[in-house]
This record gives sequence, structure tokens and C-alpha cells, in this order.
Amino acid sequence: MFVLERPAARIAASSRRRLPLPSRLRGRFSLILGTVILLVLALACIGAPLLTSYSPTAIDAINPLAPMFSKGHLLGTDEFGRDVLSRVLYGGRYDLAIAFGATAVTLIVGTLVGLVAGHVGGRTDTVIMRIVDLFFAFPFIVLVIAIIASLGSSLINLFIALWVVSWVSYARIAHGQTLSANRYGYVVAARALGFSHLRIMFVHILPSVLPGVIIFAMVDAVGNVLLGASLGFLGVGIPQPTPEWGSMISEGQNFILSNWYLSIMPGAALVLLGVALSLIGDGLSDLLRPAR
Amino acid sequence: MAGWHLIGRRLVQLIPIVVGITIVSFVLIRIVPGDPATLILGNHYTPEGAAQIRKSLGLDQSVIVQYGRFLRSALTGSFGHSYSLDASVGHLISRGLGATLFLIAMAGFFTALLSIPIGVFAGLHRGGIFDQSTRVFLLIGFALPGFLLGVVLILVFGVKVPILPINGYGTGFLSHVRHLILPSITLAIPFSTVLVRSLRSSVIETMSADYVTTALLKGIPWRRVVLRHIVRNAGMSVVVVFGVNLAFLVGGTVVIENVFSIPGLGSLLVNAVSTRDYPVVQGLTLFFALFVLLVNLLTDAVHIAIDPRLAAG
Repeated sequence: MFVLERPAARIAASSRRRLPLPSRLRGRFSLILGTVILLVLALACIGAPLLTSYSPTAIDAINPLAPMFSKGHLLGTDEFGRDVLSRVLYGGRYDLAIAFGATAVTLIVGTLVGLVAGHVGGRTDTVIMRIVDLFFAFPFIVLVIAIIASLGSSLINLFIALWVVSWVSYARIAHGQTLSANRYGYVVAARALGFSHLRIMFVHILPSVLPGVIIFAMVDAVGNVLLGASLGFLGVGIPQPTPEWGSMISEGQNFILSNWYLSIMPGAALVLLGVALSLIGDGLSDLLRPAR
Repeated sequence: MAGWHLIGRRLVQLIPIVVGITIVSFVLIRIVPGDPATLILGNHYTPEGAAQIRKSLGLDQSVIVQYGRFLRSALTGSFGHSYSLDASVGHLISRGLGATLFLIAMAGFFTALLSIPIGVFAGLHRGGIFDQSTRVFLLIGFALPGFLLGVVLILVFGVKVPILPINGYGTGFLSHVRHLILPSITLAIPFSTVLVRSLRSSVIETMSADYVTTALLKGIPWRRVVLRHIVRNAGMSVVVVFGVNLAFLVGGTVVIENVFSIPGLGSLLVNAVSTRDYPVVQGLTLFFALFVLLVNLLTDAVHIAIDPRLAAG
């Protein structure tokens, strides 16, 4: 959200200018570190069957609440004897799906809406941006909870709720950037040459819109993951017994004194995913931002 | 004078948004797949019960009439009638509002306490050791889910070193404050990352502003330039960022109230979702949006009042 007050115009207007070396190095370092963490997490979650032989939902009544490093269970078991490592790995698939699935759709839709509104202008622009303002009045989590309350809780409804709610941020960023791009010399020239609207929008304006929305997408992905996990924690996200990091933290809360790792392990995975995405975002903004 | 004019214009701009908000809140309950009455009753389904629920929801009338009834209930402050709690939604909101407002106020206080010194200092000594460590705080603080932080704080300050209450709201002012210390710190840490970032860049930007250079050239001591010019300007950005991100803070209370069992609006919302109490969900959604709009208007007013450049146009 805080990217909103940094004028995206400046990000793009001088993105071709060379940055001072320390800033470029730091940007590259953040970007690489974030990507590596993200890849390791993603591979571990996707390749979960290779890393653990336990099913994340298999109940083992003889072996509940096994401590960490116990035989066969590196991270112990929960109250139903389910292997925690396997639940963290399989559960991560849902959180990664939220990070990418929810964010990718809103990134594309929101950017297109903002681009079209800013380029077409006039009454269409006013109406679209008023709708965007309207969505910003709702705390996102309240609107998402309300939509899920109506549709019923399931993974796909969680996606639908996130899609409905969070395209507006991209629309606002893309809109602002398009308005300033409209005044750039090459856009004015393209218009004077009589190029089609589509060509002007996608060839001339879009490249200056992209850095801002892509940097924001990383922040937004963190927000979506946290939102998805919060809903899991509140018991209105993905229904049981599907493992998901937020709901695992919530279940483990009852055993926080004796078996702290039940909550802390999925929590640590969640923080790691968030840090990786933020690092990528920071790196991109260091590399794409103009030198001061 | 010009300031009032600006606020007046904001108010006019708000009208279509308020209308839109009521429409969105109204539509929410209509997207329930199938028959809401059947869903609400679940195992207790009887045709008579279903008919009565349809009647009380107004589902037996046309959409326009239904919307009119919804508007009227919002205007009278009743916001409809709860199924599970046998009270008007307005009554339930007024019961929970105090705790939520108290929590937001304390969280705002801790956020300012945490972010103003960090943001200003990091900005003044850009690139220094403190600034570099701030980056780590920002990175982790932003990715840290509030509820996990809450669970950890409960473990440390409620159980290992039991010095603070870990659930409920208490009775009486001082008891409220004590009960809300951990929840408001839980809210303040992620929220302050947002403020620190913008404060830091605002300080950096202001340091190279013409009026700061002028002040320095006039021979005003550095300390005074920092306090009178840089911090004052940064304070304005705090007000603006606070207003813009208020919805984020309000959303946070929904989760944190449930972590610490605080009987506020967030707990009311989550309970209503689990009991399928649609009128409460609908009324609360509308109320939350109106609340955010109102506070945004207030922050605009404060911004106009403290920044003469805005009123001058």
C-alpha cells in the first residue's frame, strides 16, 4: 500500500537512468536472495511427496504430539498424530497458490482497467475510478470475509473474493501512471501520428506503467498470503482438514505451551515466504527506481 | 476559508461513494448461492421457518423494495435484525464499537511512538548502521502475520512472564488499557513498517528541499531545522499515510480481536460468519466502510488544517 504515495511517474520516467553502484548492487542482492528463498520454498512444497512419506492428513492415533526430532518425524506430530513437516510442506502449496494465483489475475485485470480508464478519459474514466474509490472504503479483509460468508468457504471462493477486492489497487496505480504518460512527448507524438488506441496503450504507455505495478505486485502478494492465512486462522478460509499455514497456527495455539513448534513452524514458513517476496519487491524497486 | 471549501468539495465527492457502499453491502447477501433461508436453518429446516426468514429478510419482495428497506434500516441505525443474537445489528455494533475504537486508538498511539523516532532517525542518517538495521525490521515486520505475533506475545508476556492480561477487555478505563497493551502492540508493529517507510523517504526528500537549504544558509542551527522544518513536514506525511492506510489497521483489528478474545466488532463479524448471521455481516460491512470514510474525511481536514499549502491551492 505504501507504494501508492511514491509517484509511479518518477519510477518510470527515469528508469533508464543509471543508478549509483551501491544501490544497484543492493538491489541485485535483494533480488537474488529473495528469488533463491522463493525457489527453495516452492520446490520443497511442490516436491513434498519426495521429501516426506507421510500424508498431510493421515491420522496416527498412537503417536499424537510427538516432539521435534522424534523417530520418523523431524518436526514432530500434531494432536491427531499427523506429521507436521508433511503438513507444512503440503500446506505451503495453498499459500503459494494464493500468492501467485490471486495476485497474477488482479495484476493483469487491474492494470488493464487503469490503463483503459486513464487513456480513454472522460466519463468512462470518472465512473471507473469512482468504483475504485468505493472499494477502497472497505477494509479489504472485511469485504473478503463478507464475500466468503455469502459464497461459503472453499479455496476457489477465497480466490474469487481476493479477485473481486484487490484489482482496485492496480487500477489506481496504472491509472495515475497512464495520466502522466499521456503527457510524455512520445505518447503525444504517437497520437499525432494517428496510431490506434490499442497501439498507443500497449506499445507506448504500458511499458511506463509496468515497473510501478510489478513492484506493487510483490507487496500485494505478501498481503494476499497474509490475508489468506488470517482467514485460515479465523476459521473462514480453506476448510479442514486441508493443511494451510494460517489454520495450522490456529490449531497449534491450544498446545503453545507444550508443543510450541505446532504454531511456530508454519508461522516461520509464512514469514519466510513473505520476506522472500518483499526482498524481490525491494530489489526490483532499487533497480527500477530513479536515482535521487 | 479556502480550507472549508476543500472539505466541502470532499463531502460532495463522498455522496456517490456512500451510495455505492450501500449497494455493495446490499448485493453481498444476494450472492448467496441457493436459498439463504435453507442455508441459515441448516438441520433445523422447516417450511414455516424458511418462510419466516424469507419474510424477515424481505426476500419475498422486489429487489427495489428490499434495497429501500435496507437503506431505511441503515438510516435509522438499526442495520437490520440479527438471527442468532436476537437484537438489532445497530445495538450489537454499539456494544462492540467501544472496544474496537479503544484498540484502534491505542494501536495508533504505539504506531506513532514506534515509527516517528525510527523513521526520522533512519532518514536523517541515511545509509548508516541504524538505517541498514531498519531495513531488516521493515522486511520482517511487514511479512509477519499479526496473529502469529499475537500468539508469540501471549506466550511470552502472558504465560512465561505473566505480567499482562492475554484475553478480554476488562472493566474500567485502566483495566481496558492494561488488557489492550498486547493487542495494540501486535497491531502497531506491522502497521509501523508502513509508516517508517514513508517517514524515512519524506525526511530524505525534505532534507534536500529549498526551504531547508534556505534555513541552513540563514544560519539556523541544524537541530532547530530538523525539529521545525523536517520533522514538522514529516508529521504531515504521517497524517496522510495514516489516513490512507487506516483501512489496513481496521482490518487488522478484525484478526487481532479474535486472537485476544476482545469483544469488539471484529469478534462480532467472525462469530456472525460462523453462525451464518447474514444481517450482522451485512450491517458490519456497511458500518466498517462508513467508518473508514468518516476517518478519511477527518484526516483530510487535519491535513488541510496543518498544511497551509493545501488551503492556498
